[in-house]
Amino acid sequence: MAAHEAHAPHDAHGHHHHEEGFISKYIFSQDHKMIGKQFLMTAVFMGVVAMLLSILFRIQLAWPGEESDFLSFFLGETWAPGGVMKESMYLGLVTIHGTIMVFFLLTGGLSGTFSNLLIPLQIGARDMASGFLNMLSYWMFLISSLIMLFSLFIETGPASSGWTIYPPLSALPQAIEGSGLGMTMWLVSMTIFIASSLLGSLNYIVTIFNLRTKGMKMTRLPLTIWAFFITAILGVLSFPVLLSAALLLMMDRLAGTSFYLSDIIVGSEMLENHGGSPLLYQHLFWFLGHPEVYIVLLPALGLTSEIISTNSRKPIFGYRAMIGSILAIGFLSFIVWGHHMFITGMNPFIGSVFVFTTLLIAIPSAVKVFNYITTIWRGSNIYTPAMLFSIGLVSTFITGGVTGIILADSALDIAVHDTYFVVAHFHIVMGMSAVFGMFAGVYHWFPKMYGRMLNTRLGYAHFWVTIVGAYGVFFPMHFVGIAGAPRRYYDYTVMGEYDKPTFDMIMDLNVIITVFAIIAAFGQLIFLFNFFYSIFRGPKAVQNPWRSNTLEWTTPVSHVHGNWPGAIPEVHRWPYDYSKPGAEEDFISQIVPLAEGEEGDH
Amino acid sequence: MTKLIVLIVIILGVIAIAQLVRMYELSSKLRNRREEDIPNRDNRLNATLLLVFMLAFFASVIYLFVEYGYTGRGEAASVHGASTDWLMDLNLWIVIGVFFLTNALLFGFAFKYVRKPGVKAYWFPHDNRLELVWTVVPAIVLAVIIILGLRSWNEQTDESPDEAIRIELFSKQFDWTVRMSGDDNTLGYFDYKLTNENNPMALLTTKTIQDAIDSMEYSSTGIHALEAKLNNPHLIFIPEDHDLMVKDLARKERMVRMLYQLKARHNSALDARAMDDIVFNANDTLFLCKGQDYEFNFRSKDVIHSALMPHFRSQMNTVPGQTTRFKFIPTITTAEMRVKMNNPKFNYILMCNKICGSSHYKMKLMVVVLDKPAYKKWYAKVSKFDPKAADVCKTFRNIYAVGKPKAVVADSITVAAGTSVDTAAMATK
Ligand code: HEM
Ligand SMILES: [Cu+2]
Ligand SMILES: [Cu+2]
Repeated sequence: MAAHEAHAPHDAHGHHHHEEGFISKYIFSQDHKMIGKQFLMTAVFMGVVAMLLSILFRIQLAWPGEESDFLSFFLGETWAPGGVMKESMYLGLVTIHGTIMVFFLLTGGLSGTFSNLLIPLQIGARDMASGFLNMLSYWMFLISSLIMLFSLFIETGPASSGWTIYPPLSALPQAIEGSGLGMTMWLVSMTIFIASSLLGSLNYIVTIFNLRTKGMKMTRLPLTIWAFFITAILGVLSFPVLLSAALLLMMDRLAGTSFYLSDIIVGSEMLENHGGSPLLYQHLFWFLGHPEVYIVLLPALGLTSEIISTNSRKPIFGYRAMIGSILAIGFLSFIVWGHHMFITGMNPFIGSVFVFTTLLIAIPSAVKVFNYITTIWRGSNIYTPAMLFSIGLVSTFITGGVTGIILADSALDIAVHDTYFVVAHFHIVMGMSAVFGMFAGVYHWFPKMYGRMLNTRLGYAHFWVTIVGAYGVFFPMHFVGIAGAPRRYYDYTVMGEYDKPTFDMIMDLNVIITVFAIIAAFGQLIFLFNFFYSIFRGPKAVQNPWRSNTLEWTTPVSHVHGNWPGAIPEVHRWPYDYSKPGAEEDFISQIVPLAEGEEGDH
Repeated sequence: MTKLIVLIVIILGVIAIAQLVRMYELSSKLRNRREEDIPNRDNRLNATLLLVFMLAFFASVIYLFVEYGYTGRGEAASVHGASTDWLMDLNLWIVIGVFFLTNALLFGFAFKYVRKPGVKAYWFPHDNRLELVWTVVPAIVLAVIIILGLRSWNEQTDESPDEAIRIELFSKQFDWTVRMSGDDNTLGYFDYKLTNENNPMALLTTKTIQDAIDSMEYSSTGIHALEAKLNNPHLIFIPEDHDLMVKDLARKERMVRMLYQLKARHNSALDARAMDDIVFNANDTLFLCKGQDYEFNFRSKDVIHSALMPHFRSQMNTVPGQTTRFKFIPTITTAEMRVKMNNPKFNYILMCNKICGSSHYKMKLMVVVLDKPAYKKWYAKVSKFDPKAADVCKTFRNIYAVGKPKAVVADSITVAAGTSVDTAAMATK
């Protein structure tokens, strides 16, 4: 491969260390490891904010209209007069919660952290293809995060039309206050975010294609890299479509165009717009929106593949099938977007096509699940916190995945679309899974990031509180949904006026859910403490704490510019030679040449 | 004060945890244990906890199904709803089976194959037969699900028979309005530009067009009034106001041209279609007849809404600029449902299910299903022609005000570009 030869001159350069200033080391760093850590810190912060928002509106749902010191503390008199949340603020909080969780925590945060950290380290490269673009990508991410956060504090309130911002609601400030300045900020923030994501993704793709070390064939890449690779491709192909959707929306808002607007009278104002279609927006949005859920999910699946294999001391079962299923999921994710639009007035025949393609995706997903389970079967499983979170991920991926089959079935979706059943489904399959994957990654690669170890016992406590809390929050939501409760409702009293027993049942469940949510939120404090404490005071890490095969564990503990102090090691085998018969140790690093007569790869 | 106490408790808590961690680390150091070496005791403990968790999880899932799984929506109250429920149950059984099976395998193996000293993991990188099995078996199951699902979907979205009663549900922030097609069972045409207080659903007749033109031209904020104001040499405007008025005038001139086109194209023979339509007030209950085919059309005045009727297992979005539809046959009267639900106060409900503004959660409509005799009686009353009883007899002919629209009426529709609308006031409406 020409790539590593072209890189050779750099090797010599890697030896001498030039002192870096504080600013270029910690702030305007172009080093992928530091950028990864910057992404992680930002994402942790955004995640905490989004979680706090969810607790605020969960309190409203469980105890509607009751005064709460907690609410008045965080929201103040403007948004929670007398400690009762305002209805418009409820929608604002839900919207920003969803936006932050999906885009900032699980797209920017998850991919940004681990693609940056692991791609060069695991493929054997000195850094990303372009350190400068990579730095730019982080800074744009930070700016977009800040704009999104500031939009919470403006007078007219943040964007409030749901994270999907369907027009006309999002286009007309007359229809809801949040569609004024708040929506403009949302769009600006997301535009910058998309630019950041594109810069990052292009960089990842180029790096994986060109900078693999000698011997690192595509079929020797760890599954993490495969996952990041396909994720980046999905991002490059779908985010521009969201950008175009956002730009057209911006034009409808500012320039008087009619892409999404037609025949509207809002309040008492008759708009001239004619001929646009709100469905156009939905098509564009979900053309990103569905791949987006895999952009969120695939990196998590990649991380856990690596972690489960390492900690079961077994090769990941069906390596090629795993790659195949990532490719299949990636491809199929582009032709299923219509399953979000079964009841929007889209032609029912087109709906049938989307039913078919959507249910197809279940096949590669099932393959992945069974491969994980088989990997654990007859393993020698070691329960590090990372391993526990990975097992949690497989469980949530199953639990949330199976309800997807119901939602993908258009005939059934009619009755549960936009109810809490959907909220349960996507939180479990996307939210919990991806968050578990992210936690697993942090626990596993913390020594690589900070050169120190996280406290394992606190990790256990964190895991158990989180899985119990999270299932406790999201499983009961299925029943709220099947009882007919719509989502994005500030309270459910209207249901009570028509059918009191059902309303009572919903309220029972809502209280259970909120209590679990509060427990789960407290559980995250354990993590935050452990995380920040260990960065500074955790015990020093050894070079390869998990006795793992991949290349990142051949780099020294303390970070050096260029990753390897000497030449980049050459790769001789696939990354999953765990417990190979005939080998002495139960792991063989990728850089160990094949022994005499040993069968290569798999 | 409470805030202070909370703060102190939090700080103390953090310090306490920090101390515990320090102690733990010191003892690890003493015993020379490293963080990454998981002792067998911890390992087995977590493996056991995984199993315990699974059992507890399964138990709570079963508990939830028993306690809350009856679904508060009750028995499906429409023909297709019953088959949806059947299909839903079938899918749920499959899905729940898979859920229990795979979760059990996952947690079971995790428990069973915890590291044991001296036991090496089994080298098992792949097995084509196994992989084929779990590709093909899900594929077959999914094929069944797809076929059954699409059959039901096609039935539900198919066209209604001719005898289906046509009803329009008109949505706006934050209420629903019902329009029935009347004796000819055809809904009259509409055009949003004709909206005014007397014609909230913008029905299209020769007269409504003329009234819209008149109000656009002659009302107190109409074209002539605006022109007069702008040309009046004695009036001085601040520049912004002047610009707004000029814009407003231009816009109204464009709209009135479109209205004239509408008028020129209009065939007055079509008026009759609209005249016998029964137009209810916003929030007036939707009355349906048991066993009758219904074809629903949906329209939206402002943003997207969605008509969710959970008891009928029906839902459709309402989209501005577009008409959407669905159909169903109600099978259980409200009275019967009250018995079934064991709740004498039960009523069917239609809820808005697409976020549409701050009062989204209050946007609902009562639905009542009557048996045939009761329905007939009710229908005879509302469809009668009796100009003096316009509060009961709701045919369009009956309720549409005769004569020129009053100036106030015209006023309520301002076509101004920058008219500031008090959103807060709207929200509380
Ligand atoms: C502490 C944990 C969390 C709680 C208690 C929580 C709770 C909720 C609730 C109650 C809603 C409102 C549903 C509705 O009315 O439509 C919601 C919306 C949402 N949540 Fe979460 N959530 C949590 C974590 C997450 C995570 C990790 C994700 C990442 C995928 C996420 C993504 C979303 C999205 C996308 C929405 C939809 C927002 C919208 O309707 O526009 N949430 N969440
Ligand atoms: Cu999707
Ligand atoms: Cu609505």
